[in-house]
Amino acid sequence: MKTEDLKNIKDYKYGFTTDVENIRSPKGLSEETIKFISKIKNEPKWMLEWRLKAFNRLKVLKEPNWQKPKYPKINYQDLYYYSAPKSASEKPKSLDEIDPKILETYKKLGIPLDEQKRLNGIAVDAVFDSVSVATTFKDELTKKGIIFCSISEAIQKHPDLVKKYLGSVIPISDHYFATLNSAVFTDGSFVYIPPNTKCPMELSTYFRINASETGQFERTLIIADKGSYVSYLEGCTAPMRDENQLHAANVELVALDDAEIKYSTVQNWYPGDEKGVGGIYNFVTKRGACRGKNSKISWTQVETGSAITWKYPSCILQGDNSIGEFYSIAITNNFQKADTGTKMIHLGKNTKSKIISKGISAGNADNMYRGLVEIKNKAINSRNYTQCDSLLMGNKCGAHTIPYIKNNNATSTIEHEATTTKINEDQLYYCNQRGLDQEEAVSLIVNGFCKEVLQQLPMEFAVEAQKLVAISLEGSVG
Amino acid sequence: MLNIKNLQATIDNKHILKGLNLNIKPGEVHAIMGPNGSGKSTLANVLSGKNGYEIKGDIKYNGESLSELSTEERAQKGIFLAFQYPLEIPGVNTNNFLRTSLNSVRKAQGEKELDALTFLKLIKEKASELGIDEKFLSRQLNVGFSGGEKKKNEILQMKLLQPKLSILDETDSGLDIDALRIVADGVNSYKSKKNAFLIITHYQRLLDYIKPDYVHVLSDGKIIKTGNADLGIQLEKTGYSKIV
Ligand SMILES: Nc1ncnc2c1ncn2[C@@H]1O[C@H](COP(=O)(O)OP(=O)(O)OP(=O)(O)O)[C@@H](O)[C@H]1O
Ligand SMILES: [Mg+2]
Repeated sequence: MKTEDLKNIKDYKYGFTTDVENIRSPKGLSEETIKFISKIKNEPKWMLEWRLKAFNRLKVLKEPNWQKPKYPKINYQDLYYYSAPKSASEKPKSLDEIDPKILETYKKLGIPLDEQKRLNGIAVDAVFDSVSVATTFKDELTKKGIIFCSISEAIQKHPDLVKKYLGSVIPISDHYFATLNSAVFTDGSFVYIPPNTKCPMELSTYFRINASETGQFERTLIIADKGSYVSYLEGCTAPMRDENQLHAANVELVALDDAEIKYSTVQNWYPGDEKGVGGIYNFVTKRGACRGKNSKISWTQVETGSAITWKYPSCILQGDNSIGEFYSIAITNNFQKADTGTKMIHLGKNTKSKIISKGISAGNADNMYRGLVEIKNKAINSRNYTQCDSLLMGNKCGAHTIPYIKNNNATSTIEHEATTTKINEDQLYYCNQRGLDQEEAVSLIVNGFCKEVLQQLPMEFAVEAQKLVAISLEGSVG
Repeated sequence: MLNIKNLQATIDNKHILKGLNLNIKPGEVHAIMGPNGSGKSTLANVLSGKNGYEIKGDIKYNGESLSELSTEERAQKGIFLAFQYPLEIPGVNTNNFLRTSLNSVRKAQGEKELDALTFLKLIKEKASELGIDEKFLSRQLNVGFSGGEKKKNEILQMKLLQPKLSILDETDSGLDIDALRIVADGVNSYKSKKNAFLIITHYQRLLDYIKPDYVHVLSDGKIIKTGNADLGIQLEKTGYSKIV
């Protein structure tokens, strides 16, 4: 392959910017900014008070710094906390009302929002910078009593549910970024699945950062009531810019008795260029509570983008017999860094958790798995199985595994396995000898390495994710 | 088809091939025998384009200089190597690998790629000819395959890809008596006027089934003796010491 061709593929194809007129909050983090956000979203008083409580708490919190990837100090007064296309300041009621430029943007991203061309069997909530611009399939879902809308809309229309569950998994004062998010969150999705209902389609949110100098503070809340099931997927992209942009999200999941939530992420934020300039700081708090007995929460993440990925989607296994799962692929290339993993906190009896982590590093990148498995003393007969595999491509990248294990219960077991391998030249040679070129061979071997995780993804996305895995690593061998 | 002139190969400061000459015409079967470490696998690797060798001399394949071609281009042009030690690729489904491989070759040769269903029919047919259970095809490539199973899988790939020049590196080692016959039958049924074989082996028993047109003895990086099928039989009796 010619270097030119290679460059074309390696280029981040979602790196374009949409030129729309924006409404922005005042610059910087202040009570004024928070009031602006709350007002523009037409929020009830309790919501503003909740935000301000978080803001007051934030003043005494310090940014954590125990993570491996270090980054230059973020000047929080130099950011915008709200930016939305002017045309979307009132959420468009139908597609005709959406700015064609925004529709075009989603089309380019492969997420058609118009009803005729919408994705088969997948309902989409589209979040553009700080606002949700469209949610598809709403009527069909409403018939089943399923609520799928933006969190802003839920605050207006379903305040009881929001009040009851928001912050119930990630408390306001949890840690710096979670608290920051609680103060300034702008939009994200809200899902409620009523009792004994199996959500008939995949729900998904597509996050797009467009505006510059702006942080995105996503807030998502998913509640699966007794005996219900939902599979949810989020995707993310951003333009190519020299500046680092912050995406600090809070995602809370609640599964009641016998309910199951499957949450998948395909994260493809702009990773920065080959020299490590620009890219998204993806500092995200994701936590699920298996609150009811026999409940199950399963996180699957494919992390290929961002300059720095720093997140630990976690499960709190409160209900007896509840199950938590974490399947992760984290790919870092060039100067990307990832410090990711999970926490499994076993509280209930007979709780089970499973962690499968696949870290792939290429170029000068650094990839860290950090995970906590804690079995409390009442969690009798509980089990964890953890498997962390790292794959290195080249000599300049790094892979690290730090498992924290706390077992306070003699009837419970924790198993941990870890491997580190280098992409094997002989395997590549074998593939080449069978007619596969270098890129195909790498893609095949890496996808094989990630298979256990890829097969957890909903069918519709597995193929896309496979391609993404291959693209992220293109040009990194040979 | 293949013309090798004064081939020298060095890797990691180890001079392995030291002036090797060999000519192979379409339809011919050549056997290469020789002591351990004499350079047989090295020759196979150099022909198929493995990286890392410093090469002098000239190799022409159908008139074209091989040094210009990458490993995959050689494969796409019909050079196939059945590995002495086939590689395991965890997580990669055998069927999927074989289809990707076949389609890469077909694409390069300007043929239509096969869809999953057509491919499945084809591969099942080829597998049954070699007595390979279908179940192997849905397993991870070579992972947990026994030594003999891996070798059979190589021959399956050969029959699937239909190469012009097939290099078999000790494909007979590790095969039980029945498997040896099946593999030999596989080779014989594929033999034609158009394609050629270079068979590396230590044992005459394979050559009892696949009758070679030429037998070469490779020693210390050079072909020191060439004969007809009788040479193999003679070597079996006397060993290499007489000629080396
Ligand atoms: N990368 C390398 N670095 C140093 N020496 C090497 C390297 N590769 C091969 N050799 C040496 O070159 C010689 C020839 O190796 P080769 O594998 O070609 O032998 P062979 O004839 O196939 O032997 P066998 O019959 O045991 O398979 C051996 O002595 C081997 O140790
Ligand atoms: Mg050998």
